Amino acid sequence: MWNVLNDDPLSSGTLYDKVWDLHRVAELPGGSTQLFIGLHLIHEVTSPQAFSALRDKGLGVRCPERTIATVDHIVPTTNQQRPFEDPLAEEMLSTLERNCAEYGIKLNGIGSGRQGIVHVIAPELGLSQPGITVACGDSHTCTHGAFGAIAFGIGTSQVRDVLASQSLAMNKLKVRRIQVNGQLSEGVSAKDLILHVIRTLGVKGGVGFVYEFAGSAIETLSMEERMTLCNMAIEGGARCGYVNPDQVTFDYIKGRPYAPSGDSWERAVAWWRSIASEKDAVVDDEVVFDAPSIPPTVTWGITPGQGLGIDECVPTLDALEPAERPIAEEAYRYMALEPGTAIAGVPVDVCFIGSCTNGRLSDLRAAAAVARGRQVADGIKAFVVPGSEQVAQAAEAEGLDVIFRAAGFEWREPGCSMCLAMNPDRLDGRQISASSSNRNFKGRQGSASGRTLLMSPAMVAAAAVTGTVTDVRTLGISAPMSNGIAV
Amino acid sequence: MSSPDVFPSGPIQSVSGSALVLRGDDIDTDRIIPARFLKCVSFDALGDQVFADDRTELAGDHPFDRSENQAASILIVNDNFGCGSSREHAPQALMRWGIRAVIGESFAEIFFGNCLALGIPCAAADHELISSVQDAALSSPGGIWTLDLNTLSLTGSDHQAHSLMIAQGPRDMLLSGRWDATSELLAAGSQVDQTHASLPYLNGFR
Ligand code: SF4
Repeated sequence: MWNVLNDDPLSSGTLYDKVWDLHRVAELPGGSTQLFIGLHLIHEVTSPQAFSALRDKGLGVRCPERTIATVDHIVPTTNQQRPFEDPLAEEMLSTLERNCAEYGIKLNGIGSGRQGIVHVIAPELGLSQPGITVACGDSHTCTHGAFGAIAFGIGTSQVRDVLASQSLAMNKLKVRRIQVNGQLSEGVSAKDLILHVIRTLGVKGGVGFVYEFAGSAIETLSMEERMTLCNMAIEGGARCGYVNPDQVTFDYIKGRPYAPSGDSWERAVAWWRSIASEKDAVVDDEVVFDAPSIPPTVTWGITPGQGLGIDECVPTLDALEPAERPIAEEAYRYMALEPGTAIAGVPVDVCFIGSCTNGRLSDLRAAAAVARGRQVADGIKAFVVPGSEQVAQAAEAEGLDVIFRAAGFEWREPGCSMCLAMNPDRLDGRQISASSSNRNFKGRQGSASGRTLLMSPAMVAAAAVTGTVTDVRTLGISAPMSNGIAV
Repeated sequence: MSSPDVFPSGPIQSVSGSALVLRGDDIDTDRIIPARFLKCVSFDALGDQVFADDRTELAGDHPFDRSENQAASILIVNDNFGCGSSREHAPQALMRWGIRAVIGESFAEIFFGNCLALGIPCAAADHELISSVQDAALSSPGGIWTLDLNTLSLTGSDHQAHSLMIAQGPRDMLLSGRWDATSELLAAGSQVDQTHASLPYLNGFR
């Protein structure tokens, strides 16, 4: 039995400590630790060079059944017929198909019913589970921490290493507990919470740390909200973020294709409970937030840390720490926003609902609750990109596509889309978008001068129907917008 | 001075060459290599595309375009360099352009690890020191600087030895030539099997 190990690593410490100890293979001469990787996710952008390197070195894939592939970044969202119109995109997908076929890796391709953004499909297939290590050549791999996994992004050389050895050379991080007490107010979502945390601690505040999200506000979040939260840990500099597994986690996993079933389900739940941080676990740092005081939060600048409560104004230079001033000045110029401008009321051109941050069913419900019975404002392009084929199907089954279309939104096929614009969805010139994605970097959405305001999906929908950045709470939506559609 | 097409290999004791100063905090990997250039199945062409959009915006006046910097191999940056996307395309683009070492106030973790895997040291120092080195490098363009990993120092056209920081593990890996971890990871094959066999979730939770 797993609980009678001699040197029982489960008896003390944080979840991070326990998972680290269980996955430690060896100490490497260079001083780092060889860590076993329980789940490896790959996609078309960061894997081709890793497979080429395997071939160059004459290596095979050690555990092909522990690697799962999908295609997400380059897929078009209007016409997914093969071959794709863009020959480069077609080449990337066919390369992935060849690599997966050659090495015996399961590919969840277009039309399989399981294709979608890598961080959306692994949870919905039941692959993301408590106590496992997850690696993927994608920085938002921290999303899977929502399940109490230790999940982190890696580069292509490391993708090669995981394929070849099912392990990685890693250095242990420190743990910072982000303790969020109380309950989020109505109309305030996990996206607002994480934008607030990043705004407070800075975009590099988490470097060297894994973030443990805890407290009464976190415990009442749904799994999808926990995914939104952990997804953006990396935007605060933390390579991983996690939430300790609890009944909410187990209820989400149960019955999914890769979930334990039969006899092993009870044993799984018992082990998952045992892997959570102990009550007296010592963390390296703790920061406390008060949930009720967090407002809907929107970014105004060119880093995810440049956030504002919806009632605030773009900060003036003298209100900022000296170290933050140069990037604020760059942001004023790039965004063409004057210091002192109220963020509410800033006009937008494009509204994008989707991405691994906010492209799940509950996100689309929250946006649809705002869109229902309203119309996209004149001159605004608004579109919804479900995070996966399963999300698309579920949303269509409850008629969300009809609500969006009736309101003037476009309803698209699943993929990463305008989160990073490696497909035809992109900003044009100086266009400014309200976006439910995770990065507002210069040029991120496909135009070298395009501008991005990050916000929750409900807030994006509010911007779409008013044409400007708008506090969704002023639109009089009756039901809880963070977890369901208005009834 | 290194040639852009000869990539790092073996033990790395030092890197010498002229310095390229790129000022600014929080320079993310989307800026180092914009996403549209990630539509490739090999890294070969990335060298020309490094900082593509920033260079277009500055119309020839970007540090990566200035004539005096064309042979540079040491990049000197500020705080939180390489944040954002995990794309290894970013250090690959820098490496293929000719960069062999990065000196800065701090680096994003994934970027640091990606550089290490390519044999590119990222060494850190505080804001004052970096600023003064940047000033010195700008005032004598083409001057040769040397990052010495044994002494953890940077010397150059200001004729001073500046001490730098790089964690012991990565430094040892570079010095010993073990920065490419694959062979070491493969060497522990049977221990990988043991760990695999001991993990409850891979063994029916028994
Ligand atoms: S949705 Fe955006 S952040 Fe998420 S995996 Fe795709 S490109 Fe990356």
